[in-house]
Amino acid sequence: MYGGGNTFEGIKTDSLSQEDPVKLAAFEARIARGEKIEPTDWMPQLYRKQLIRMIEQHAHSEIIGALPEGTWITRAPGFKRKMALMAKVQDEVGHAQLLYSAAETLGKSREQMIDDLINGKSKYSNVFNYPTFTWADCCFISWLVDAGAIVNQLANAKGSYGPYCRALERICAEESFHLKYGHHCVIYLASGTAKQRQMFQEALNRWWPPMMHFFGPSDKISAHTEVLMRWKVKMGTNDEMRNQFLDMYVPKIWELGFTIPDPNLKKNTETGKWEYTEPDWEEFKRVINGNGPCNKERLEVRRVAEARGRWVREALKSPKAAYVTPLA
Amino acid sequence: MNNLALKELLYKMADDQLILGHRNSEWTGFGPLLEEDIAFSSMAQDKVGQSLALYTLLQTLGESDPDTIAFTRNASRFHNCILVELPNQEYDFSLIRHFLFDTAEALRFEALTNSAYEPLAQLARKIRGELRYHTLHANTWMKQLGSATEESITRLQKSLEAAFPYALGIFETSPYEAELIDQKIFAGEAALKEKWLARIESVIHQTQLQLPDWKTLTPVYGGREGKHSEHLQPLLDEMSEVFRIDPTAEW
Ligand SMILES: [Fe+2]
Ligand SMILES: [Fe+2]
Ligand SMILES: [Fe+2]
Repeated sequence: MYGGGNTFEGIKTDSLSQEDPVKLAAFEARIARGEKIEPTDWMPQLYRKQLIRMIEQHAHSEIIGALPEGTWITRAPGFKRKMALMAKVQDEVGHAQLLYSAAETLGKSREQMIDDLINGKSKYSNVFNYPTFTWADCCFISWLVDAGAIVNQLANAKGSYGPYCRALERICAEESFHLKYGHHCVIYLASGTAKQRQMFQEALNRWWPPMMHFFGPSDKISAHTEVLMRWKVKMGTNDEMRNQFLDMYVPKIWELGFTIPDPNLKKNTETGKWEYTEPDWEEFKRVINGNGPCNKERLEVRRVAEARGRWVREALKSPKAAYVTPLA
Repeated sequence: MNNLALKELLYKMADDQLILGHRNSEWTGFGPLLEEDIAFSSMAQDKVGQSLALYTLLQTLGESDPDTIAFTRNASRFHNCILVELPNQEYDFSLIRHFLFDTAEALRFEALTNSAYEPLAQLARKIRGELRYHTLHANTWMKQLGSATEESITRLQKSLEAAFPYALGIFETSPYEAELIDQKIFAGEAALKEKWLARIESVIHQTQLQLPDWKTLTPVYGGREGKHSEHLQPLLDEMSEVFRIDPTAEW
């Protein structure tokens, strides 16, 4: 999964004046023609920096995102769900692995990225800083958070950086299974007992605000990122992504007979755009700056896992290392 | 064919796979490196899948459906060996257990490819490839970490010694040994244990680890007859937490 364009800050384009104008023009022309930029190609420093930042955040979101659902693997009800959830969360960890490799092509090592995650320097998707109280919360993530991720990822797959696009193509193929699995889980809750329906309605009530936050601050207040759009690093505005998500999934949620906790949510038939109560962007800022309900817990888990695994990674540096992965 | 003997065999195998699969899955998100998260998850999926296949065989012999069997029994009705229910602890313990158990598991299924109970023989042939990957994974890591740094060698040695009495408990005999052997359903725990010791020893010899003097160790038995450590019931409570909200509901 992934919480896309939400963490871009204002871009300082000063450094561009130090780039070779001829090379810069050629670079921009290639992107305008739809060519992909490859690791050994010339690129402006700003492009490299922003891409590392974005791909790294995406990778962190996958590995942190494995935690809220991961805690339900041992509790999943029945063989079918247990096996599917294990495979799904395993995929997410695999996505992190793919994305760290893609970011490494730009010159930052996986160790450095993980260090920056743990020491709070780099961000990950805000949505994973909320707790999964019940099985239904886990189902909400599998269906709708993954759905939001797909909206972002499909857009980003059309971006300009070759290794990232190729990683995303593989990721999107797997994500579509996650979406199917999650939808299936929710359909069972929807058509199940009163208790099951109630479980999902409560999860929906809890998760709707973070889901609206997922796509990042509204275009009215978010940082200017024109240069990133031109370079096809950022592929759509936050509001465009959010609107696409609402368009695809609100009807499906209603179809299952659930209520979305926003009385103002409706599609404007004239503009074709969704209207909704503006999410609380102060809350968003609080959470992204480390003060959400689970930020500390999530990072602590990562920190402990890294610390406990250090001796293993040290031992692997020994020259006889030959790694074998069991087939998934 | 003695159905009680056969069921006893299937139950202990299925329960082993389910419980260790469950433990392996607890590494998801916590592995020492991403690759090991993924590897333990793969093995967890294989093991839980294998337990499902075995419970499905039990269903054809008149037992309840797999979900009911797996998610509603109490610890005293589980027949897994105690080794698989122990908490994961540090990675060294999980790796040692994976090595000791999966070596036995691969040999057990290898022997069962010739079982007179054809459905079991078929299953054993079908999952042979999966099991080979598990032992390949275990052996590679044992050889790597068992001769790498002082810390890795010391850790593995300590866990090897801690796990070994429990590993001997894998081979706790059933009241039906003679019948199973007679009817060529299964070659028996004693024969399996002998092969297992040879395999374990040959891998340990390629490392800087010492094989514990197993003849002086007291095997930890009891699991096969439902006498478990304090760790199994909490695992089962967690596993069935959602299922028990309403066992008649479809999830
Ligand atoms: Fe996903
Ligand atoms: Fe993902
Ligand atoms: Fe897999």
